[in-house]
Amino acid sequence: MTQDVEIVIDVKAISKKFGHHTVVDNFDIRVPKGAVYGFLGPNGSGKTTTIRILCGLLTPDAGSGTCLGFDLRTEPEEIKARVGYMTQKFSLYQDLTIRENLDFVARMFSIKKRRNRVDAALENLGLADRAHQLAADLSGGWKQRLALAACLIHDPKLLLLDEPTAGVDPKARRDFWNEIRRLSKQGVTVLVSTHYMDEAVQCDSIAYIAYGKKLIDGPSASIAQQVGLTTYRLEGLHLADLEDRITGQPGVVQVARFGTGIHVSGTDEAVLGKTVKKIATAENRRWSKQPAGLEEAFIYLMTGSNDNFATPDRPQQ
Amino acid sequence: MKWFSISRFLAVLTKEFIQMRRDRLTFAMMIGLPIVQLLLFGFAINADPRNLPTMIDLGDNGPMTRAVISAMKTSDYFKFTGYVDGLADGERALRTGEANFIVVIPPNFERDIIRGDKPEILLAADASDPAATGGAVGALRGILNVVIRQNLTGALAGNTPRASPFSINVQREYNPEGRTSTNIVPGLLGIILSMTMVMITAVAIVKEYEQGTMEMLIATPVRPLEVMFGKILPYVLVGYVQTLVFLAASFAMFDIPFTGGKLAFFIGFNLYIVVNLALGFLISTVAKNQMQAMQLSFFTILPSILLSGFMFPFAGMPGWAQFLGAGVPATHFLRLVRKVMLKNAGIADVTGEYMALATILLVIGLIAAKRYRQTLD
Repeated sequence: MTQDVEIVIDVKAISKKFGHHTVVDNFDIRVPKGAVYGFLGPNGSGKTTTIRILCGLLTPDAGSGTCLGFDLRTEPEEIKARVGYMTQKFSLYQDLTIRENLDFVARMFSIKKRRNRVDAALENLGLADRAHQLAADLSGGWKQRLALAACLIHDPKLLLLDEPTAGVDPKARRDFWNEIRRLSKQGVTVLVSTHYMDEAVQCDSIAYIAYGKKLIDGPSASIAQQVGLTTYRLEGLHLADLEDRITGQPGVVQVARFGTGIHVSGTDEAVLGKTVKKIATAENRRWSKQPAGLEEAFIYLMTGSNDNFATPDRPQQ
Repeated sequence: MKWFSISRFLAVLTKEFIQMRRDRLTFAMMIGLPIVQLLLFGFAINADPRNLPTMIDLGDNGPMTRAVISAMKTSDYFKFTGYVDGLADGERALRTGEANFIVVIPPNFERDIIRGDKPEILLAADASDPAATGGAVGALRGILNVVIRQNLTGALAGNTPRASPFSINVQREYNPEGRTSTNIVPGLLGIILSMTMVMITAVAIVKEYEQGTMEMLIATPVRPLEVMFGKILPYVLVGYVQTLVFLAASFAMFDIPFTGGKLAFFIGFNLYIVVNLALGFLISTVAKNQMQAMQLSFFTILPSILLSGFMFPFAGMPGWAQFLGAGVPATHFLRLVRKVMLKNAGIADVTGEYMALATILLVIGLIAAKRYRQTLD
């Protein structure tokens, strides 16, 4: 990362405890302006808590940092006024209409020419003709678009999105990511937590978190290398049988189907190579060594760590 | 950044009013509840019950006996529903609830009176509910004395009960007719206000947390005070409307007097509303969901009814219960309202109640503020 890029989030060694349970543990992150930064990690790994700290909702127990140049500890109000935070759960009022919700949020941010801004947001969303519908009557995809519109209403320079696409259909998800890309081009910095692999690959950089600790952090392209996976591709017929046979063989950590072949990955290149070659020769299959992709790395990371909620004293939502 | 923004406060207030308007059922309940309760309890509760079912075991049938029975009938306390035959039958009637009273007139009742043998009339009462029978039993002696005196004349006059050497002159102050509703109705205002104010506040705040909207709210620049005032003020207005509706209905239907100071009432009433809102707020910091908030609110209602002196005289409770009752806001508001409406009290007469309510408010407020800070982080 070059020094002349403006750093929007710069946080060092922050920790947060709920009771005896450390939810965020010695966490550092630097996010440059205009980046789309992905937060990956299993449930309960501390993604939500970290995002809440970054937008000034929670005060860290230890560590310090700045967000948009404002101190996390002493200037949370300044941060709140400039950040768009989209919660995991739909958090607008179900019993208010779409317009009333947007108008309410606009008033919270003391926006000038509020009416114009709300009209523009409705137009932008394509919700102008449904402005008087109750939010409760919207489908999951529309609710998510409304929530995004609400957290963009004050033109934030930083977006913090906590699993924004959970429970949203693929078409709406794609539209959503197009919007994120568009915003990113305009210089808005986006930090987004997700469970979906196809979303992770859209991020410029990725931080992987488990049990409140950041395990991996870097540009998307380098993640597989950081994880240290080697992948072989095997092709031929009867792939399902082959998958069963090869699973659990020496050196094989993970087997996944990709198109007309299977990708066999492992962390010990020598042992894995021997296993793959043995099977390929015996069954007369085509094999090739592949550069391990983000997909493999992602599956590896997600299957490797269990649900972090299995620990006691989980934080309140 | 401003410490308190009027425009954000107004935004929260407007939002709260829109939500209140959309929730028709709750809104209807807030206005309908006082009237329904007033009708129900104002008419239903009677501490001096009349027309209680009574049966007679008649062992004598002379003119004196008939005079006794007809006097009991005219007293309104007793309603004669039939005859029983012997003690066993009388006991059965009491047990089954067919009668609340069995009057046993012994054989030769009239002859024994004339002889001066002082015969006994047995009044067997179902005293499992003391309140139901107490008034009637107390009234009976007076009724019978009059009857006997009227019937024993001339030479028999010497057998009449001797008059007491002194007389007691009872003045029923503030409620000369002894109507229960005059006591119950003003108290009911305290109960209704505490019921709705505590519950509505608790539920309205917990709802924000439960539905996740509080997280969105506190992620905006809005200040906690703006949220709290914006959310609570609409319910203060609801309390005003409830009180107006209630007072109008109670003047129209129950002819309740309002003799004391209007300002004394107004101050106490506002203080009481704020205490209840604070209590609702405290509950909201404990409850995790709307159901718990409801249950906790209901939990506060029973002491308000049973320990406050609403149903049973406060002075009649044991010391420890009075101690507990003194911690219930309704206790002090009830005294205040009864003093002001019935006893012609002014501000000077109810300062004790003001102080008590203010103390409770302070304690609840401190605990609530402490808990509120903990839940934010």
